[in-house]
Amino acid sequence: MNDADRLKKFEERRAALRKLSDDQLKERFWDLCRQAVEPMVELAKTHTSPSIERAVLLRMGVDSVSTKGVVGRIHEAGLLGHGAGHVVLKVSQKFKTDVRGAAKKIVDDPNCLNGLFGR
Amino acid sequence: MKNLDPKTKIDIEEILTGLDTYHPPRKGWTWREPVPGGYKVGKFHYKTMTKPLKQSVPLPASKYFDHIDPQPQPVITTEIASGRFEDDIRRMRMAAWHGADHIMVIRTTGQSHIDGLLEGTPEGVGGVPITRKQIRASRKACDLIEAEVGRPINFHSYVSGVAGPEVAVLFAEEGINGAHQDPQYNVLYRNVNMYRSFVDAAEAKCVMAGARIFQIDGAHNANATAKEGWSVMPELLVQHGINSAFSVAAGMPKDLIGLSTVPPCAPPAPKLWYDLPYAVALRDFFSEYKMRAQQNTRYIEADIEEATRTHVIDTLISALTRADIQSTITPDEGRNVPWHYNNIRGIETAKQTLVALDGIQELVKIDRSGPLGEIVRDLKERAVCFLEELIEAGGYFAAVEKGFFVDSAKYPDRNGDGIARDGKGGVGAGSIVRREADYFAPVCNHFGHNHPPAGVKKACDVIDGCTFCKPDKIVYIDELDPGDSCHARLEKTLPYRKGGMIKPEAEWAGDGTMLLQFFLPEEIDVARVAALEIAKKMGLADPEVINAQVMHPAEGTFLEVKGKVDIAIDKKTLKIPPKEVVLPEDELRAAVKQYGLRVVAGTVGEDEHSVGLREILDIKHGGIEKYGVKYHYLGTSVPVGKLVDAAVETGAQAILISTIISHNDVHKAMMRKLDELCREKGIRDKIILISGGTQVTRDIARQAGMDDGFGRGTKGIHVVNSMVKILRQRGR
Repeated sequence: MNDADRLKKFEERRAALRKLSDDQLKERFWDLCRQAVEPMVELAKTHTSPSIERAVLLRMGVDSVSTKGVVGRIHEAGLLGHGAGHVVLKVSQKFKTDVRGAAKKIVDDPNCLNGLFGR
Repeated sequence: MKNLDPKTKIDIEEILTGLDTYHPPRKGWTWREPVPGGYKVGKFHYKTMTKPLKQSVPLPASKYFDHIDPQPQPVITTEIASGRFEDDIRRMRMAAWHGADHIMVIRTTGQSHIDGLLEGTPEGVGGVPITRKQIRASRKACDLIEAEVGRPINFHSYVSGVAGPEVAVLFAEEGINGAHQDPQYNVLYRNVNMYRSFVDAAEAKCVMAGARIFQIDGAHNANATAKEGWSVMPELLVQHGINSAFSVAAGMPKDLIGLSTVPPCAPPAPKLWYDLPYAVALRDFFSEYKMRAQQNTRYIEADIEEATRTHVIDTLISALTRADIQSTITPDEGRNVPWHYNNIRGIETAKQTLVALDGIQELVKIDRSGPLGEIVRDLKERAVCFLEELIEAGGYFAAVEKGFFVDSAKYPDRNGDGIARDGKGGVGAGSIVRREADYFAPVCNHFGHNHPPAGVKKACDVIDGCTFCKPDKIVYIDELDPGDSCHARLEKTLPYRKGGMIKPEAEWAGDGTMLLQFFLPEEIDVARVAALEIAKKMGLADPEVINAQVMHPAEGTFLEVKGKVDIAIDKKTLKIPPKEVVLPEDELRAAVKQYGLRVVAGTVGEDEHSVGLREILDIKHGGIEKYGVKYHYLGTSVPVGKLVDAAVETGAQAILISTIISHNDVHKAMMRKLDELCREKGIRDKIILISGGTQVTRDIARQAGMDDGFGRGTKGIHVVNSMVKILRQRGR
């Protein structure tokens, strides 16, 4: 859309808004805001990131230096989509150790991740 | 740890002790407490002032108003970040005493691009490395300071960059009360990948909401960045709207969501015509959200007074509309990393303005029937059109790729200088991962799809509680590099903090920073160079002209030069004059009666200022008359001889004169003349001579032949006390 078209479109949009009361205009603003963020909210619900997973491990009582190594290993093994906390739990069950022990195991021996999720 | 004593410096070493087991006694944001029915103090009934502080430093003029220190309704923010948090703790205490209850710590340069948490206490640049130890020590200090002043302190930092979720967890664990969080800030100003930024932000916001951390957005950066800040107003409404709607969707209650809003214009522009309609439009659309009113930084340069004047007008706009938090900008921000006493200046600007404008909305009303209403409506319509175009263009991400944001033209115009970002680019590009069908995170306050095993009620039950439920599980790391730590720095500054050595400072203990202010009768380019030479000759190291203002292109320049001195004074070598102990009122009255104390008084020289002297004399102002002293007031500009004659005639035991400081030391000459005349007349040993005036001191007066001298702040009782003591000394 070139500049002239954009400005023309703007005038049309504004003409339509003129008919709205202040309250209706406010309502329209918030409807559009919600509409604009909806895809981002969906993206966030269905995705995770290394920082989110490190933040999960922190809450599980793993120190910040270790979370980096652990999430790195899990990411490399292609397992981040299961949740790093989930992976740590599986390792702790498999090797009969606590959360911190499992975190250490993952950093020291990445092979411990093999076959955890049936792969 | 024991309570703070107002007469003793805060003990940083003690604060650093036992941090490994320290947990904050309370969490979450707090507002100031309103006083039902309005706050009554002294002669005044305030409409909006809040619960007073237990201890504080009131405004300078408060001594004329029974030392009252009313506290306005908005929380007042100060931003503190010198790079050394151990020095900032002292600044926080000073700030709290002046009325700040929101202390914001800026992060060290580059922290937003660090993929993970920092630990220990390394020195920062332009801010502080935010770490668990730094937060824990600062929060512990705030806990002590808030008990000292009697009002909760909100401690604040930033949840942005590529480690946002981890930073949010750290903040929630350590009792941080407020934080900036806005994924748009990451995208536009920090070039963090847009998908990563929003995915991380949802988690961070969910964590913040769980800990009731108040959120401030980042929209105001658009008017700090765009060439014409006042043109981007429709876009600002959109940016606020996107972050607010996204925050609500992430689970944040609206009362924890604050809009960071800055009046975007500054004089010499007709500021109010831009900033007031904008403030009204914003508050119309965002009536359910909190307003964090920030002061303008875009146009501040070297002149502190110019900054302060603009900030007063910014604060007027807050008072005319609504501000839940009034943030302050340190007025020297445009010329150096803010100095600690300038934090106090910023806080006082906000407090003084807001107190003066108490209840302004009962006195004046925003008139929407005129041009203001039209401008407000226009801004709101433009913002809605912006959003419509954004959605039509394919949504937020597509709009960012097309450079919709931070264009310096007023929407719908475009100057083509907006910030465009590539969805495939930026820091952390390609790093988000789709959650599998069995995705599971066994912790509280986690956003998005989560699948705990069947039968598990609370996700963290699986691990017997997460750190939010069991703080003992938090792992505390002390230092990673002891060489670059607060302990190493504190050792160097020990002589200036605890060793009795006194050295000037502006940022850090013992930094030796000084500021010179002077005028040179030269044009600016010459004046700048000459100023540096003068500073060098005065012994200032690393001198730098930080402000030069033309008074006239040829007649001269006002200059401010900073530099460092390597001078420290040993406190033990100082002779501090003992404080005068005033005799009890009853004892003074009895002595006055016993002596039948009688004085003559007047202003001398060409001095028509009589207010000060009248206050010393009159019963109405608590003057000497209140204690039974009889006085004979001769008026203003009285010849010295006439005072002496009157004293002899009335049998007065004392002559009180008042002078202003004048050219060529006329005031000292008048004192000497009075002394000599009394000697000539042979009455000097029988009469008490006392001089007063705004700049008079006891030493100046005594050197000029007086028995005593009094300056600013003197009350009648001090003068009576002096006369009675002199009479006793003379064995009467």
